[in-house]
Amino acid sequence: MSEKRQDAHEAGACRLCRIEVDHLSVSAGGQKLLTDVSLHIHCGELTALIGANGAGKTTLLRALLGQMEYRGSIRHLTSDGRPAAAVRTGYVPQQLEFDRSSPVTVMDFLAAAFSRRAVFLGADKKTRTKVMKVLSRTHCEKLTQRPLGALSGGELQRVLLALALTPQPDLLILDEPVSGVDQNGLETFYRTVDELKRKNHMAILLVSHDLDVVRRYADRVVLMQGTVIKQGSPEAVFDSEEFGQIFYAKGGRA
Amino acid sequence: MNAIYQFMDLILPFEWMQYTFMKNAFLAMLLITPLFGMLGTMAVDNKMAFFSDALGHSALTGIAIGVLLGWQNQMASLLIFGLLFAALITFVKHHSKMSADTIISVFSSTSIALGLVILSRGGSFAKYSTVLVGDILSVTPGDLKALLLTLIGTVVFWMFLFNPLLLTSVNAPLAQSRGIHTKASEYAFTMLVAVAVMMSIRWVGVLLINSLLILPAAAGRNVARSAAGYMRISVLIALLSGIVGLIASYYLNTSAGAAVVLCSAAVYFMTLPLRRK
Repeated sequence: MSEKRQDAHEAGACRLCRIEVDHLSVSAGGQKLLTDVSLHIHCGELTALIGANGAGKTTLLRALLGQMEYRGSIRHLTSDGRPAAAVRTGYVPQQLEFDRSSPVTVMDFLAAAFSRRAVFLGADKKTRTKVMKVLSRTHCEKLTQRPLGALSGGELQRVLLALALTPQPDLLILDEPVSGVDQNGLETFYRTVDELKRKNHMAILLVSHDLDVVRRYADRVVLMQGTVIKQGSPEAVFDSEEFGQIFYAKGGRA
Repeated sequence: MNAIYQFMDLILPFEWMQYTFMKNAFLAMLLITPLFGMLGTMAVDNKMAFFSDALGHSALTGIAIGVLLGWQNQMASLLIFGLLFAALITFVKHHSKMSADTIISVFSSTSIALGLVILSRGGSFAKYSTVLVGDILSVTPGDLKALLLTLIGTVVFWMFLFNPLLLTSVNAPLAQSRGIHTKASEYAFTMLVAVAVMMSIRWVGVLLINSLLILPAAAGRNVARSAAGYMRISVLIALLSGIVGLIASYYLNTSAGAAVVLCSAAVYFMTLPLRRK
């Protein structure tokens, strides 16, 4: 199955090239969360969503993940404009608010995601090998036996990234993956992401409040405020009037 | 059944074991406690202690409805009502903005009151009072078969449900992004707890059933470092407390259920200092 897929990838057939979001609107509980959002996300590029709190960034991610109902269209297309088959999405959630005293190790957590065998029986050898291999992609193979709740913010994000990368996604969605992560962890994380983008030509969509990170790593920036109010290269967006109004008009910083 | 009794006489030649009702109660403990030790792990992980408490209380209404309809089979009305009650709470929890503990409390108190009103008509509640504290000494071989089937069925479901529940308990949107039907597994889990609770309520009692579910798992969490360890320790604590509690209740001439719960409470407090900081 995976080999077949690999072949298809190499042949370039039915491979995702871009995601076109057209006139997308989302309402929940009688409130309009997003209105008429249109944007393109390209493979091999990191697209960053920025905007104030409540601008609808996470809502857009959840619509893309298929976890929220929307009007409008989200189309996954190949380079010749045909629908791409079976698009895989990897997702690294925002802050993980879970019970940190829970006795779940990194191995348990990943084995639960990769294997049908109930984790409390202990992971079999095949699963263990797979987990080690997956974790080595984000340089955290030493963490397997640590409880999930005992990881630092940066370690946890790298474990989650490793999980999101398996199976290899066509679209990787990172929801503010660096909150609560120290400067060192942040650099490591984004260098890993950048490397993945180059090597695997995947589309990456990032929601971030860290404008410095966005400036250095994003290929395209989308500024949101209930809808898209500006999009383009990082320079074009950061120098725009709209950007100034949202991030500096009230004297506040992002 | 006789073969089993003879075997028990052989390996457990103790005074408390010579009575058939103690043999049955002992076997019932061996079936009920692992069931609850197992399910308790996820109930604690998903902060459902209050939910399972409400489920236990709803058994009163379950029995009452059976009496109203004139059903001979108490088990049927308990099971049907328990499953409906669990599904209803979960549904309302998903479709209401009210906080979960308020919703559960509303359902819980309503079902206790309704059960009491129906059962106490004509001042006859006394004959149902065993429902409150349970009586494991009255287990029959037929009941044991039902408990065995419940345990086997639950273990089978558990094999499939555990991984999805584990991922969901860490992060639901993340679990969904990996193709897990988080709501379906939540419903399935609450159903499983409902069946376990209703199948055991007559032996353990409305007042104690929740402790049986929560205490061994809570104690297990104090010492476990991994999912496998958590499950093993929780089941082991449940089993040991069940056996020790049953024997103690024989010599002290007290309610067996209460003695069992006290045993697991003792284990919980003993393991408390071992918690990972």
